Amino acid sequence: MLNPISEAFEKAKQENRPALLTYTVAGDSTKKQSLEILKSISKNADILELGVPHNTPVADGSQIQTSSYRAIKNGIKINSIFQIVKDFKKLNKNKPIILMGYYNMIFQYDENKFLHKCKISGVNGLIIVDLPWPENKEFAKKCKKNSIVFIQLLSPTTTNKRLNKIIKDSQQMNYFISMLSTTGGKLKVSPKQILKNYKKIKKINPKKKVVIGFGITKKTIGKLKSADGLVVGSAICKEITRSLKSRQNPVTNVSKLVKNLKNKIL
Amino acid sequence: MILKKRIPVIDQGNRLGFWGGKFGGNFVPETLKKPIEDLETLFNKLKKDKNFINERDKYFKNWVGTPTRFIKLENLTNYVGGAQIWSKVVSDANGGAHKIYNATVHCLLAKRSGKKIICGDTGAGYAGKMLSMAAKKFGLKCKIFMGAKDIKRQQPNVRAIKKNGAEVIPVYSGSQTLVDAVSECMRFWVANCDTTAMCVGSTVGPAVFVRICGWSTSQISRELKVQLIDEFGSIPKKLKLYNCVGGGSSSFGFWNEFMDYDKRQCEFIGVEAGGPKKSKKHAAPLTYGSKIGILHGAAQYVNQNSDGQIEETESISAGLDYPGISPLHCFLKDTKRARYTAASDEDALWAYKMVTKYEKLKPSLEPSHAFSVAIKESKRFSKDTIVVVNSCGDAYKDRGILQKKLGKKYVKSN
Repeated sequence: MLNPISEAFEKAKQENRPALLTYTVAGDSTKKQSLEILKSISKNADILELGVPHNTPVADGSQIQTSSYRAIKNGIKINSIFQIVKDFKKLNKNKPIILMGYYNMIFQYDENKFLHKCKISGVNGLIIVDLPWPENKEFAKKCKKNSIVFIQLLSPTTTNKRLNKIIKDSQQMNYFISMLSTTGGKLKVSPKQILKNYKKIKKINPKKKVVIGFGITKKTIGKLKSADGLVVGSAICKEITRSLKSRQNPVTNVSKLVKNLKNKIL
Repeated sequence: MILKKRIPVIDQGNRLGFWGGKFGGNFVPETLKKPIEDLETLFNKLKKDKNFINERDKYFKNWVGTPTRFIKLENLTNYVGGAQIWSKVVSDANGGAHKIYNATVHCLLAKRSGKKIICGDTGAGYAGKMLSMAAKKFGLKCKIFMGAKDIKRQQPNVRAIKKNGAEVIPVYSGSQTLVDAVSECMRFWVANCDTTAMCVGSTVGPAVFVRICGWSTSQISRELKVQLIDEFGSIPKKLKLYNCVGGGSSSFGFWNEFMDYDKRQCEFIGVEAGGPKKSKKHAAPLTYGSKIGILHGAAQYVNQNSDGQIEETESISAGLDYPGISPLHCFLKDTKRARYTAASDEDALWAYKMVTKYEKLKPSLEPSHAFSVAIKESKRFSKDTIVVVNSCGDAYKDRGILQKKLGKKYVKSN
């Protein structure tokens, strides 16, 4: 049986479009609300990335920081994040969920215990922002043993030599950071340039799926639709913040935004 | 875990940059892998390059001002009535603190790498002030990240940074102190690493930054070694080196040259910030047994909760107000080469009063932490024990806090 992540890419490919990946912070703004958001966006998103909020994030821009601080302030803990995943999977078993976070949280929880929890709650993949290759080799192997996809990050600064090595060690999905930026930065390179880098990566091993993230919004998503998958995160977090500020329902607003994003890549 | 002899401690990390196999490393986003590797290659090459070392020494001598004084605190010694108390007055250095060494070296490296901009973090404002001075000297554009709370409490240094033409970027996230300034500075570097060099203000951060900083501040102990031999004819049989420890840059530099001596001859005492007596918060991860965790790219003992969220610290001294500690100090603690303890806010204020009462020396709140432990412990030492305290910063920046806590008479002559 295919991992649900691979299935999601297959489905998108059959529909001749990139997979849509969303990123929301677990527990933003509450545990209950973040589950509701996942449920409502899962109609249009192919893969759900769920951020594990951390209070010293070195790669996140202001939107995701705001969401993370809000979730932590409202008391989110790792165990409640696993509960969110579990509750979601009860209703939607095949929709893939990827946890994205910083290594200290896993280190404190204990790698093995963390992976075991991932497995029983239904997590399909992991992105660890500050555990690059080759430091992640051992952990990536452990993930594979537990049928969890460890997603390698690639950046415009990654050298060709390094790209080759990372891709060789990678599993079925990799994540290409579109530009030199923290999450949610304004797109400072042209979509054309991003796709050029993307194609260079694809060429190394065309079988491995590559998603593009960082700086993707309603405005830019359409221009990148030749990729295997596209990740939107900060734009969604921003919408949650905006909704809360204007006392609107974040669930319906975010749901609308994701539908809109989907329409742009059809 | 073994501390090796005859190999500089900064070079004792393994292939992945871990000291003792578990402290330090490079827990960084993929984007920073290349710039860090480039910096490592450059630094490894230049630290063996005689021309570069001459250049460094030239600037240290003519611009930073070496050596800084090594003086006996005669009155304080008489008052305490135990060990001889001496001070290495590192605050003599240009700009008023040890941060100038690291800042100078980072700017020299930035010039060699062709970068035009340099960014850095600051807590007490010294790292920022010195980086802005060095950047101006070497013609680099400079951006300083500083927590909003620290901007309020360290105004003299903020003014100095701006006067040097650097941009001060206030950081409003989290506790608005050093920890957030370092995070924001790293984020800025992630987004601008193609044009900008980063200077981490202490012996923290990804391994190469720990090494560069330790290499730079070691100037302090190189000078001290010569001064001790000049004064006593040889390295004293009972030498105790007291230093405050926040990130750990001044203490590491103060101790480095004495690393290979037996600890019964040269003892190292690191004094962390214990925070206010009544508060549970502190900035003393080594003293209070914090667990190992990852902060700013390195594994270290760090104040954190059970989930791995970094905890807020509290200290009267902005320069020590950091939840983590250099991997080098974690290594020195676990190999038992150095001993660590903490002094409270009140202890530091008391020590400041004592030092200024008896001596013509005004240590900032950071070294006042070290003085408090040194004064207390000196009482029970024999008269042939040589206690040296690194007075690594000048109190000018703390005048607002000192005036509020101790009254006007303690800042008047500043």
